[in-house]
Amino acid sequence: MKHCEYQQIDPQALSTPTPTLPPQHAVVQEEKKGETARRKWEVFPGKNRFYCDGRIIVAQQSGVLPLTLGLILVTTVLFFVFDCPFLLKHLTVFIPAIGGVLFVFVVISLLQTSFTDPGILPRATPDEAADIEKQIDNSGSSTYRPPPRTKEVMINQQVVKLKYCFTCKMFRPPRTSHCSLCDNCVERFDHHCPWVGNCVGKRNYRFFYTFIVSLSFLTVFIFGCVATHLALRAQGGRGLMFALQESPASAVELVICFFSVWSILGLSGFHTYLVASNLTTNEDIKGSWSGKSGTEDTGNPYSYNNIITNCCSVLCGPMPPSLIDRRGFMPVEESSQTVATEVELAAKNEINVCTQGTKDLLESASRSPCPQAGKPQTVSTSCPDSIDPADPAVTFNPDVTSDPVAVPSLKCGGRHHSHTTSPPDEPRQLHHHHNRHHKTRSARSSSKRAALHISNPAYNVSLSPPTSPGLGPSHGTGAEEHVRDSFATLH
Amino acid sequence: MANAHNLQDLQHQAAVASKVYVQRDYNSGTICRFQTKFPSELESRVDRQQFEETMHTLNNLYAEAEKIGGKSYLEGCLACMTAYTIFLCMETHYEKVLKKIARFIKEQNEKIYAPLGLLLTDPIERGLRVVEITIFEDRSIGSGR
Repeated sequence: MKHCEYQQIDPQALSTPTPTLPPQHAVVQEEKKGETARRKWEVFPGKNRFYCDGRIIVAQQSGVLPLTLGLILVTTVLFFVFDCPFLLKHLTVFIPAIGGVLFVFVVISLLQTSFTDPGILPRATPDEAADIEKQIDNSGSSTYRPPPRTKEVMINQQVVKLKYCFTCKMFRPPRTSHCSLCDNCVERFDHHCPWVGNCVGKRNYRFFYTFIVSLSFLTVFIFGCVATHLALRAQGGRGLMFALQESPASAVELVICFFSVWSILGLSGFHTYLVASNLTTNEDIKGSWSGKSGTEDTGNPYSYNNIITNCCSVLCGPMPPSLIDRRGFMPVEESSQTVATEVELAAKNEINVCTQGTKDLLESASRSPCPQAGKPQTVSTSCPDSIDPADPAVTFNPDVTSDPVAVPSLKCGGRHHSHTTSPPDEPRQLHHHHNRHHKTRSARSSSKRAALHISNPAYNVSLSPPTSPGLGPSHGTGAEEHVRDSFATLH
Repeated sequence: MANAHNLQDLQHQAAVASKVYVQRDYNSGTICRFQTKFPSELESRVDRQQFEETMHTLNNLYAEAEKIGGKSYLEGCLACMTAYTIFLCMETHYEKVLKKIARFIKEQNEKIYAPLGLLLTDPIERGLRVVEITIFEDRSIGSGR
């Protein structure tokens, strides 16, 4: 079953032109006369959307961010309009002042959590991926099925396993996890929060924590003030119903706050525990350090074993930079090649998920005479069972695969794709439950997209076998053109 | 600037023979640190001592950027009190050190590595995953690995 063997990438074949100076420098930009240089966010391979020319980054689905914002705004506006005048008159001016400060904190930290890069790791360049593959092959044996790719490191005298990410083509650093919704590896991945519509990771965890803590304060504050307001109105024997009739908005606020306060307070408490023990939600759920495996020495190797130090390092540590350089310019010579590579990478992700279905269909549709038919693309896929003869066919489907890459609008306040794919059927659950749900949802949606691929191979398989013997790992870019040509003739 | 000219000339004249990657060293946790082991492909090209010195300085610079101490706490607390809006106007300590690292790498390239036919790529351009060292083969000498 030779065609199932993954093939090594030949670094020589990767046509790297003379390396240019780092693309961030404005000098490179000026040299491209008359050609609009593309910014890196435009060719970003993950499923993120960008606004304001790359300054703002959000996940593909905004989740329930509009709902979160709406609820906060509505409750606070009602509070200021209906309760504050009364309380200002009867109590003190500090009430609206404190409310205002808390509200500002909540909104700013929410927007920062949603719009900040959570700590996305850029994907490995083809050369890097080739180098890693070479190292893996040298250490292990390349048999029919490649061995599971893990690497072990010692951190603080404890063994930690690093997994290989097939999408990003690299060994994930410790505490890094791949978010299937955003299709990115995120450093110190906590969870993907639908309420803020973004992943929570190394760079925006402090914003997220500020958000939930200030929101708890705000909720409790509004609840308390509204209760005081109603109590003051009801005193003198007039009763609660009378008070509610006079100020019906207060009832709305009471209901919203009452139902939110338990979950928000619970979440704040949970995250305070995580911060104090320097854990992430991901690690806590998986029980990475709770010693479930039975070995006696599994403590958290990242903890400083001091609550104050842990808190300070998580919340007050230095702010790490964004690694994806959204606003940097693409080098001109490589940009067209990179775009092709990125589209292929995006397509590869689809293939990785849908190999099983495609395999069955294709094996019945054609008995390819060329079992070694190329992996014309630069990097081999994760699944050795993937269909080689069909690869040229399945790769290029721009309609389906390109949508994650370049939907972003170039203006500030771009289009909002507000498809809440799944309603918040567990409205006030703790966040860590969403972690699991999202993974299953994304698998389902990817398989839906994958189904669209299946119709194509049947047409293209007849084209590919004659050309495929010429395709091989050493004909990287040439094969891309082959693929494009075969599609051009078809459509 | 003769050295900068050499760098550009090198890129125009030479062909890329291969690239060597120095991976991250996670033994001390998640802090940014690169392995100081001398890659075998550079045996014939550069002095081992020199290379290790470069890597040590680089590691020290990254340690300085990520240092958790009085100054970073102050920055963090101030940022928290202003609801982190201060990050929009002020350059963080980490960013300042990154600029320092970029200058260091450029200087190392110009003084030491370019004359030897090597080029160090700033790790930030590779997402702080690897230090990429490009080995150039001068076309006039001939092709080959």
